[in-house]
Amino acid sequence: MIGVGKAKQYANVLDKPLSRGRQEVSLSAFAFLFSELVQYNQTQVDNIAELERRLEDAGYAVGARVLELLCHREKGNRRETRLLGILSFIHSTVWKVLFGKVADSLEKGTEHEDEYMISEKELLVNRFISVPKDMGAFNCGAFVAGIVKGVLDNAGFPAVVTAHFVPIEGQQRPRTTILIKFAEEVLHREARLG
Amino acid sequence: MAQPAIYSLFIINKSGGLIYYKDYGSAGRMDTNDSLRLASLWHSMHAISQQLSPIPGCTGIDLLQAHNFDLHCFQSLTGTKFFVICETGAQNMETLLKAIYELYTDFVLKNPFYEMEMPIRCELFDLNIAQVIQKDRLALLGR
Repeated sequence: MIGVGKAKQYANVLDKPLSRGRQEVSLSAFAFLFSELVQYNQTQVDNIAELERRLEDAGYAVGARVLELLCHREKGNRRETRLLGILSFIHSTVWKVLFGKVADSLEKGTEHEDEYMISEKELLVNRFISVPKDMGAFNCGAFVAGIVKGVLDNAGFPAVVTAHFVPIEGQQRPRTTILIKFAEEVLHREARLG
Repeated sequence: MAQPAIYSLFIINKSGGLIYYKDYGSAGRMDTNDSLRLASLWHSMHAISQQLSPIPGCTGIDLLQAHNFDLHCFQSLTGTKFFVICETGAQNMETLLKAIYELYTDFVLKNPFYEMEMPIRCELFDLNIAQVIQKDRLALLGR
């Protein structure tokens, strides 16, 4: 038989599987771009809460697109419909594609039923960033919080997502925790599904 | 107690203003005004040395030796100068200065809250500089 062992020929270009593309981009290039993003937004706002919101909005758009892409590429056009499913999808699949590793931890909040936390010892976007003292608790992880919010919202899990610095004992640098607070309807639906 | 190998570290911006100063020796700690004056003096001396060179293409003073200290200077392509004052005959200072330059490009230039040519106040930069200096000191003690 002719052609055995050769790459499979596709009659139709649409039958060809999507290439996975290059898996990594330069960290420096990203760091400079992100730095510019923060600097630009800083010129557009007059308080820190506003800056946080703008970064979150920028991330939201990324999250919405990433969800679409990954559902298609990694999950065969299926989307998670359960709470824990979507959380572990973010913690592992999304994190791996965006940051090259799974997130350090995914925990349930101890005080509230509707809170979950994704923690990262050193968030990639914060790798080179030192926040000045006069900006208080501002965290550029707001961008990543926006990504998480974008994924969750578009998957049908509306939530409020925020980024916080949390000091760790015996470490000079605090870690970043992405706090996810789901809307009431999400929890009701989960309870109904059992 | 072992003498610290590195006495102090300076970073000067391209117009001669001191943007970073760190003192590691206990003796001879300068006040802010003195360090600023010294930095701009060094900037001028560096420029004069380039003019003095009889051969074109001189990049200025790299090393100044006194009888009880050495001064190693490194100038980046953009004109930012890094210099350390260390004990005489300390080795690998060029490598150390390059390492510091690398930290500067990473933790200062990629930081959105740093304003170019202004004094450096970046926590991560301080942390990493301390690590590099510490490592260098240990290497020197082990010789």
